Amino acid sequence: MSFKLETAVYPEKLKRVAIEPVSRVEGHGKVTILLDENDQVHQVRLHIVEFRGFEKFIQGRPYWEVPVMVQRLCGICPVSHHLAASKALDMIIGAKLTPTAEKLRRLMHAGQMLQSHALHFFHLSSPDLMFGFGSDAAQRNVVGIISAFPEVAKKGVLLRKYGQEVIRHTAGKRVHGTGSVPGGVNKSLTVDERDQLLKDIYQMVAWSREAVQIIRGLFEKNLEEYNAFGRFPANSMSLVRADGAMDLYHGGLRARDAAGKVIFDHHNYEHYWEVISEDVKPWSYMKFPFMKAFGPDDGWYRVGPLARVSNCDFIPTPLADKAREEFLAFDAGRAAGATLGYHWARMIEMLHAAETIKDLLHDEDILGTDLMAKGERVQRGVGVIEAPRGTLIHHYRVNEDDQVIRANLIVSTTHNNQPMNEAIRQVAKQYLNGKKLTEGLLNHIEVAIRCFDPCLSCATHALGQMPLEVSLIDAKGGCLDRMVKNQQAASLTD
Amino acid sequence: MDRKLKVATTSLAGCFGCHMSFLDIDERLLDLIQLIEFDRSPLTDIKHCGPCDLGIIEGGVCNAENVHVLREFRRNCKILIALGACAINGGLPAQRNQLDLRDILEEVYQTEPGLTHGGIPNDPELPLPLNKVHPIHEVVKIDYFLPGCPPPADAIWKFLTDLLAGRTPHLGHGLLHYD
Repeated sequence: MSFKLETAVYPEKLKRVAIEPVSRVEGHGKVTILLDENDQVHQVRLHIVEFRGFEKFIQGRPYWEVPVMVQRLCGICPVSHHLAASKALDMIIGAKLTPTAEKLRRLMHAGQMLQSHALHFFHLSSPDLMFGFGSDAAQRNVVGIISAFPEVAKKGVLLRKYGQEVIRHTAGKRVHGTGSVPGGVNKSLTVDERDQLLKDIYQMVAWSREAVQIIRGLFEKNLEEYNAFGRFPANSMSLVRADGAMDLYHGGLRARDAAGKVIFDHHNYEHYWEVISEDVKPWSYMKFPFMKAFGPDDGWYRVGPLARVSNCDFIPTPLADKAREEFLAFDAGRAAGATLGYHWARMIEMLHAAETIKDLLHDEDILGTDLMAKGERVQRGVGVIEAPRGTLIHHYRVNEDDQVIRANLIVSTTHNNQPMNEAIRQVAKQYLNGKKLTEGLLNHIEVAIRCFDPCLSCATHALGQMPLEVSLIDAKGGCLDRMVKNQQAASLTD
Repeated sequence: MDRKLKVATTSLAGCFGCHMSFLDIDERLLDLIQLIEFDRSPLTDIKHCGPCDLGIIEGGVCNAENVHVLREFRRNCKILIALGACAINGGLPAQRNQLDLRDILEEVYQTEPGLTHGGIPNDPELPLPLNKVHPIHEVVKIDYFLPGCPPPADAIWKFLTDLLAGRTPHLGHGLLHYD
């Protein structure tokens, strides 16, 4: 089985260009491109190059260690792993959470969504969007944004800070906290902490609304390019609440095809394997999930902000729902199918997260002290959550001695493996075919990858990492041309 | 100061949590960039490390590529620091050191139920995993170690401001911890 541009027929006759490492993403990856003598693209691959083995080495550990161990998969979205593992273990100990515990976890999760989306937009991706995809590499980073757009940068830094503070107050630490445990949470929110968070939340809602307008403005300004850039039709999948609302903490699985038709709906995630399977390819440590009903060739799907915003029936907070309606209606619905639409959808979710935090802080249960529940112990548990980057699945078996005996993790970025490969193949066709490669052109490939906000650390729970360098090797193995992101350092490489 | 301090950062076999903790200096970042300049870092598009005053390494060494990157940093950085648990002692990824690498790879890519086409990835584009995860000081000389999983933002800030002021960095009580 192979996709268009995935595998060249005679790779040994082609020249190779590599982008290594992919930068301004989380984790380690590289892109290789094979071109013929007329610079026509024959093969493009995003490789995930690290392996870590989390699923294996947590076997034998007592189950209560799992939420703090597995969050070390990722320092950007540790809360997602912390909560997905906790949900799976709630099931294993038979606990139905108290209202306070569930709301504190939801608060922690909303804080995480806010900080992660702010980080990705302002610190990592805004340089491409605000300076241009092929702009000067020396300026194309967060320092360039701070210099050129100091007010925008400051709001980004403070939005992220606020999300991190929500996490600190609920989890105990900004990165790798310990707040969520099987059966509930181990820390209540004090009146002081609640009031500190309440003080700034209205400002955060306002700035999140501004962020939605920033990305909308960029779409308006670059309409044709943004709509066409790396565009491809795809299925999508996300959790939705029983009434069809967006719910990032809990729900049933819903999938739609590229035309928007529902493939399955409210599927109980405890039986995710009935609808999803995974494929392995020799050139990446990241697996390739697909919907069983359609097989590996046609069953791949997108997850994450774009999938969630278009998959749900509505967003249960008013400002974000209005922003969603505007997004779906924009340019006759074309932005909602664009790869760069991920950025817009992400900012709508950031607004939703800010509104959710505001609502939870006003909820009287949030100051409650009834934090733990327990029930009848079983051996198997599945926890699924919508992490910032998409649907995250944790699945454990625990024996009578409370040791983990099996674990399966399907992380958000893994679902997006085929879509990311599809996006960079489209961009290679659109921008690279027949051209002499420049740093700016190669950055277009990375811009497409960044739309998905990939978390390659997560994706390499079984392995590793993302860098960018491009070399042209001729048929005899000689180096024809070489592009490294920073020219000054090129001479220092081995 | 006439010249900005040149700083390169990278994450090897880590989770980027130490980089997140670095960004947790929050609005102090806006002041810091008046004093430092980033070279290779996950925050910039510079793919290889040039001559730098300070190199910050997150994560241990788990594959051949990590070794190349680490050596590139040592060659180019006057001062090299190990940031966080994984760089200092391998951290959580080193939990796999008690297991056989081939067994893990087989279980994850071949025998795991639910896989359609099993097979251990072996393309030449993938760097070879090492049998064990190593702390970075086993590979190159390290000048400073900042512990924590991750080290707190205030510890990173204290370290950098001490260094920028020409003082010997000293974390002191409250900033030096291992969780």
